[in-house]
Amino acid sequence: MAESPFKADIERVQKEYSEKMTPGAIATIPGSSVINKTGSWRVFMPEFYKDKCVRCYLCYIYCPEPAIYLDEENYPVFDYDYCKGCGICANECPTDAIIMVRETK
Amino acid sequence: MPMRKVMKANEAAAWAAKLAKPKVIAAFPITPSTLVPEKISEFVADGELDAEFIKVESEHSAISACVGASAAGVRTFTATASQGLALMHEILFIAAGMRLPIVIAVGNRSLSAPINIWNDWQDSISERDTGWMQFYAENNQEALDLILIAYKVAEDERVLLPAMVGFDAFILTHTVEPVEIPDQELVDEFLGEYEPKHAYLDPARPITQGTLAFPAHYMEARYTLWEANENAKKVIDEVFAEFEKKFGRKYQKIEEYRTEDAEIIFVTMGSLAGTVKEYVDHLREKGIKAGAAKLTVYRPFPIEEVRALAKKAKVLALLEKNVTFSVGGALFQDFSRALINESEKPVIVDFILGLGGRDVTFKDLDEALAIAQKALNGEEFDEVNWIGLRKEIL
Ligand code: SF4
Ligand code: SF4
Repeated sequence: MAESPFKADIERVQKEYSEKMTPGAIATIPGSSVINKTGSWRVFMPEFYKDKCVRCYLCYIYCPEPAIYLDEENYPVFDYDYCKGCGICANECPTDAIIMVRETK
Repeated sequence: MPMRKVMKANEAAAWAAKLAKPKVIAAFPITPSTLVPEKISEFVADGELDAEFIKVESEHSAISACVGASAAGVRTFTATASQGLALMHEILFIAAGMRLPIVIAVGNRSLSAPINIWNDWQDSISERDTGWMQFYAENNQEALDLILIAYKVAEDERVLLPAMVGFDAFILTHTVEPVEIPDQELVDEFLGEYEPKHAYLDPARPITQGTLAFPAHYMEARYTLWEANENAKKVIDEVFAEFEKKFGRKYQKIEEYRTEDAEIIFVTMGSLAGTVKEYVDHLREKGIKAGAAKLTVYRPFPIEEVRALAKKAKVLALLEKNVTFSVGGALFQDFSRALINESEKPVIVDFILGLGGRDVTFKDLDEALAIAQKALNGEEFDEVNWIGLRKEIL
């Protein structure tokens, strides 16, 4: 699996993230939301079937997190640290290349 | 030279806003404070105030627009009353939590049902736990002055809290009195240009405001809000002193009147303080040792001043135009709590009166005095008393 494009951000923010409370609890470090791993909320997870994928990127466009990025061959890759399991990608996929399955942790 | 004009408190509030030069005013008109945004929109239309006047579709939007503009880094203003303030309720928490120094003029009015447009303090008292500072004006001059003072305190780096300035519906909002309008240059010197240091939008310095806080951070955020309210107590005193030096009018968190050697001190807020001071004069003529005290600042609650006041009296008679469904009114709870651990404390008697614009006359105050005197003489008395109640129709 390709590496998350956020990897460098995550490392930077985790290093820099100040524990000091700012007035009004402002987040002063840009991109700090990357340390909030939305994948921990997930109940359903998208399962990807490469053979059905036509690389139309509807899933990539619609993912609200965004937890989908593209690998070297431009196929979608799912980042399960951030995929919250909403199923929008599966709903949008015209070829049923994405199937939502109940995740057991 | 300062200008003297005869005006209503609503106009005085609009003038205060004009002098403070907010960049954004968002308002939805509601009785009795409608004239405030009307007058401000005139100032803007005539080019006397360089500001964005946003006409919104509700008070919820008015305060939301103020939150947005304040978060962007400019001085903002709005005015409301009663159900309008209640409609702002959830956003009031957001403004305080985001530490945005917004100022609201509140024409203190009762809450429905039944619908009533007249004066009591139930609207702003209901917002006492939002984290906003609360000032109450006795007259139209105070309405103007306290708005300027509210900005200065709110924008102080040690405070950064929103503030509401209340003035009684119709008794002040629609009654004309001579009001001194200070010189613009002097106000500019006093307030200065608003320069936010923390919360403001700047593409060169991206930040997230009003963000999510997990359990690991939320309590600390609330603590800093509480701390800011504590800090405000000292800052308010400093600003009152500076205001007096610049404009010659003296303000105190609790203003005392003839409290020396007083046995009974009547405590109140807003326009009722004027009536009560006169009543105290009347009692003194009859040889009754009475005094008056007025809370100009209700939030942050001036606990030290309350304790100092309590040392001067045998009975504190609280006259309040609000009801909580705990014990008596809000002042009664605050005063009781402030004095609970004091070794020597006066007897506190609570009076609920003047709700929904009911007049408070000397006859009503006589009724309160009789009960306060019972307390003074060690006779039996009720802790909470509704004064001027028409018992015959109950
Ligand atoms: S399930 Fe939702 S969050 Fe996860 S990849 Fe699909 S669209 Fe994105
Ligand atoms: S929507 Fe379906 S077909 Fe299109 S790129 Fe995504 S997985 Fe492939």
